[in-house]
Amino acid sequence: MKGLEWRRFSRAPADGMGRKRSLWSRLHLDPWLLLLLLSLMGAGLVVLYSASGMSLAVTLGQASRFGVALLAMFVIAQFAPDTLYRWTPLAYCLGVAMLLAVEIMGDMGMGAQRWLEIPGVVRFQPSELMKLAVPMMVAAYLYKRSLPPSMRDLLVCALIIGVPVMMIMRQPDLGTSLLVACAAVFVIFLAGLSWRVIGLLAVLLASALPLLWFNMHEYQRQRVLTFLNPESDPLGAGWNIIQSKTAIGSGGVFGKGWGLGTQSQLEFLPERHTDFIGAVLGEEWGLIGMLVFLALYVLIVGRGLFLANTAQDTYGRLVGGSIVLTFFLYVFVNIGMVSGILPIVGVPLPLVSFGGTSSVTLLVGFGILMSVHTHRRLLPR
Amino acid sequence: MRKRRDPIKDTAREVRVFRARSLLAALLVLLMAGGLGARLFYLQVVEHDVFTTRSEKNRVRVEPLPPTRGLIYDRQGKLVAENRPTYNLTIVRERVQDIDATLDRLVDILGLDETQVDAFRKRSRQRQRPYQPALLMSDLNERQIARLAVNRYRLPGVEVEAQWLRHYPTPKIMSHVLGYVGRINEEELASLDSGNYAGTHFIGKTGIEKQYEKALHGQAGLRKVETNARGRVLRELERTPPEPGKDLTLTIDTRLQKMAYDLLDGRRGSIVAIQPQTGDILAMVSAPGFDSNEFVTGISYKDYQSLQENLDLPLFNRAVRGQYPIGSTIKPFEALAALQNGVVTPQEVIYDPGYYKLPNDSRHYRNWLRWGHGRVDLERALAVSNNTYFYTMAHRLGIDALSSFMYKFGFGEVTSLDVQGASSGTVPSREWKREKYGQVWYPGETLSAGIGQGYWMVTPLQLATAEATLANRGDWVRPHLAKRVGETSVEPPFKNTKPDVKLDKDVWWDDVFNGMEKVVSGREGTARHIGKGLKYDMAGKSGTAQVFSLGQNQKYDADELKERLRDHALFTAFAPVDDPQIAIAVIVENAGGGSSHAAGLARALADEWLLSDDENTHQAEELIKEDVEVEGT
Repeated sequence: MKGLEWRRFSRAPADGMGRKRSLWSRLHLDPWLLLLLLSLMGAGLVVLYSASGMSLAVTLGQASRFGVALLAMFVIAQFAPDTLYRWTPLAYCLGVAMLLAVEIMGDMGMGAQRWLEIPGVVRFQPSELMKLAVPMMVAAYLYKRSLPPSMRDLLVCALIIGVPVMMIMRQPDLGTSLLVACAAVFVIFLAGLSWRVIGLLAVLLASALPLLWFNMHEYQRQRVLTFLNPESDPLGAGWNIIQSKTAIGSGGVFGKGWGLGTQSQLEFLPERHTDFIGAVLGEEWGLIGMLVFLALYVLIVGRGLFLANTAQDTYGRLVGGSIVLTFFLYVFVNIGMVSGILPIVGVPLPLVSFGGTSSVTLLVGFGILMSVHTHRRLLPR
Repeated sequence: MRKRRDPIKDTAREVRVFRARSLLAALLVLLMAGGLGARLFYLQVVEHDVFTTRSEKNRVRVEPLPPTRGLIYDRQGKLVAENRPTYNLTIVRERVQDIDATLDRLVDILGLDETQVDAFRKRSRQRQRPYQPALLMSDLNERQIARLAVNRYRLPGVEVEAQWLRHYPTPKIMSHVLGYVGRINEEELASLDSGNYAGTHFIGKTGIEKQYEKALHGQAGLRKVETNARGRVLRELERTPPEPGKDLTLTIDTRLQKMAYDLLDGRRGSIVAIQPQTGDILAMVSAPGFDSNEFVTGISYKDYQSLQENLDLPLFNRAVRGQYPIGSTIKPFEALAALQNGVVTPQEVIYDPGYYKLPNDSRHYRNWLRWGHGRVDLERALAVSNNTYFYTMAHRLGIDALSSFMYKFGFGEVTSLDVQGASSGTVPSREWKREKYGQVWYPGETLSAGIGQGYWMVTPLQLATAEATLANRGDWVRPHLAKRVGETSVEPPFKNTKPDVKLDKDVWWDDVFNGMEKVVSGREGTARHIGKGLKYDMAGKSGTAQVFSLGQNQKYDADELKERLRDHALFTAFAPVDDPQIAIAVIVENAGGGSSHAAGLARALADEWLLSDDENTHQAEELIKEDVEVEGT
C-alpha cells in the first residue's frame, strides 16, 4: 500500500489549475447539485403534504429528516475520497457482519427481518448501508487493478457483490438486493467491462431467470404474476397496480389539483405517501408535474455524471458514477412501477417518498459525489 | 508481502473509458426517462378518459334504494301479503383477519351447514369492490341474533343487516292465488331492468305476485355517494327517492276462500266463485295448497322434492291449470245451444227409454238411469240430468254447432284478465280432431260430447266463468283477481273483450234457469238433498267427470288406485236466480258423483256469501257430512 500513500493527498489548497478556490469548494459542496436537490426535496415536501392527507406532522417529520440527511451529506462531503477509500473495506465488512446478525436474529424471531435494533437507542437497516458499501468496495477493488477488469477481477467482484446480495435476498428483500447488485454492476460497467462479457452476462442472466423464479417467495411470485395480469385479482394483488394507474391516468395533463386527487385522498391508492407517492403526483399535478419531476431527476443525474467525470481518480469516478446511476435506477423503477410497466418492488421515489433512511442514504451518496468533486490533490496521478 | 503489481495501469485510458461509459449511461438515462415520459403520456393523455371514468367509478358509488314491495289485501281490506322485518348475517371480507377461523366460529354459533358456507365463499368472490358485504345467512331468529351479539367482540367484520321479507299470513289457502316471491335467479336477472332491480333481492315467481310484479315492485330510487376505498360513505352527492310498490286489493274474499279450502277438507279439488256482475273472483281454491312462505326464504331441496313428489300435487294450481271433462255441467249450455239453433223448443217432449240409438247403428248410448226417465222436456231433462235428451240435442246440433256455441262462454280459451298460467282447455270439433289426431269425427263422439264426456277439457276457472256469464244472461264479464292497483280501480266488466252471448228469445234463459233450479229444489232434482232449508233460489247443475286413465309416473298401492280411479265430482251453481250474486264451480277429484259430493260445497259457499251471519244456519255443512248417496250424474 505504499504506492497508494504517496499518490494521495487530501486537503489540497487549490485545484489542479491553480485557481483560487471558491466558497463552495471550501465547503466541499457543489452549488448546482445542491440547488437541484433542494428544489426536488422542496417540491417533494409539497407533494408529500397532500399525499399524507394534509398531515403537517408527516411533512414536518420528513423535512426534519431531510435536515438530518443534508447534514450527513455535508459531513461526508468533508471527507476526502482517500479517507473514504480507506474506510471502504471496513464499512463493507461491518455491513456483512450486520447482515449476518440480522439473519441470526431473523432465525430466532419470525418472518422477514430487515432491522437491527438496540431497543430505544437505534434502529438500523444494514441493507441500507450496503447500498453504498458494496459499490464502493467494488470500486476500491477495481481501483487497484488494471482496467478494464480481467476475468479474474470479475470473479472477485462477483464474490464481493454476491455475498451481501444473497444475504439481503434472504431477508427477504428482493428489491433492495437487486438494487445493491445493480449499483455494484454500474461500477464494473463504468470501469469498462468489455461488451463481450456484458453480452455473455445478459445471456446468463436470461437463462438464470427460471432459477430465480423457483427461488422466489410465494408473495414475490404473486407480484410478478399480478404485474403481468393485474385484472386477474383486482381486489387483491392487482389492486395496487390498477389503482395507481387509475390515479395517474385520471390526472390528465394538468392534474386534479393539489389535495384534490380523489384516488389519493379517498385512499384508493395504497401506500400513497411512501412507495406510491408518484401516483399522487401524477394525479394531482398531471403530466406536467410528472415531467417537471422527471426533468429534475434527469438534471441531477446529468450534473452528477459531470461531477463524477471531474473526479481525480478512478475510485472517485467509479463511486460517483455508480451513485448517480443508482439514483436514477430508483427513479426509473419507482415511476415504472406506479405507471404499471414494472412489477411492484418496494422502491421509494428518491427524496419524495416519505422515509428517513432512504433519504439519508441518498444524500450521503451525493455527499460522496461532492467530496469526490471538491477534493483535489496537488499532484496528478 | 510480495505485491503483484498490474503490468500497466493506464490512467489516461481509464479516464477515457469512464468518459465514454458515462456518456453512454447518460444517453441511456435520457432514453429511459423518455420511456417513462412516453408511458405517462400514454396514461395521462391517450388513456385519460378511460382512467377518469375508472376513477369516478371508484369514488362515486351509486347505491340503489330499493322500493318496498306493495302490500296485498283481500276485498275486505284484510292483509294477505305483508312485509316482515328480518335479519341477515353479512361479512365484510376485508375487515376479517382470518376468514376460516371466523367461519368456523360462526358454524359453531349458528349451526351453519357446508352449503351455506360454500355459497358465502362464492358470493364473496363475486363482489364488485372491496369492503362490500357478502351474505352468509338470511332470516336469523332471535336466538341467533342474541348469540351473535354476545360473540360480537370476537367477530369483527361480521354484521347483522335488517331486510324486509315477504310474509303470507294465510299461506296454504291463498298459495295458488298469490303465488310467492323468491330470490331473483340468473335467468330472471338477465331479462330484468337491472337499474330498477339493482337493490331488489326478490321477485314474484308465480300467481298474483308475478302477474302484478311491476306494480308491486315499484320504482327503485338511487343515491350517489362519495366513498373512500373502505366503502365508507363520505357524503351524498345526489338522491332520487324510491317509489314504493303499489298496494294491491284483490277481489278475493278471504273468508270465502278459507271456507272453500276448508270445505274441500283435505280432498284434492278446486272451487272457484265469481261475482257475475263484475267478474270479481271471490274465491279461487286449489287443494291441497302449500306453504308459500317456505319459498320466500328459500325452500330446501328435500322439502321441495317432497312437494314435487307428493301424489296430491300441492304445487299444481288445479283452479286454472287442472283440466277436467266438463261432464253433465255442459247440459245448461247445450240446452241454450239447442234452443238458439232452433233444434228444439222448450216444450218439446222426448221419450227416454233409457238409451239413445243413432239411426243405422245398433249401439245403445245409455242414460244413467237404466230404465229411462220416460217423457222428458227441457226443464225436466236438466233437473234429472237426462242423458238421452242431450244425446238427441247433440245429434241434432252436430258437434261444430255445439262447440262454436261453447266458445261463446269462454271455453277453449283463456279469458281471465290477470290469472297466471291459466290453461285454455279443449273444445272438441271436427277441425280440432283433424288437426290434433288427423282423424275424422265419428257421430258417436258427438253423443259423448253431448253429455260432456270424451274430448272436453275445462278448468274450474273456465267453468265458473261460464256459469257467471250464464247467470248474467249472456253478458260477458272478464274474470279477474285484482280489484284495485294502488288507488286505481280495476274497472269491471271489461266489455268488448268478448261479445255477449245473445239469444233470439230472452225467455230461453228462464227456461234453462228453471231447469237448473229444479236440480236443487225440484222433486226429482239430482241435487235436491242440498235444497233443504234453502233461503234463496239457486240454479245448479251437477256433473261427473269420468277418469279414463291415470297419469304416468304415478305410484300407488291398490287402495289408492281404487280411490284414484273414481270419477271426479262436479257442481256448478249460481244464486239467487233473479239477481245472481255468486257463480260457483266445484270440482272434487275422485269423489264419485257430482250431485252427492260437490253440490253441498256449492250450497255452503252460497250460504256464506248470500246470508248474513244470523241467517246462515250452516245447514249445508251438516248436509255434506251426512254423505248422502244420490243417484244421477
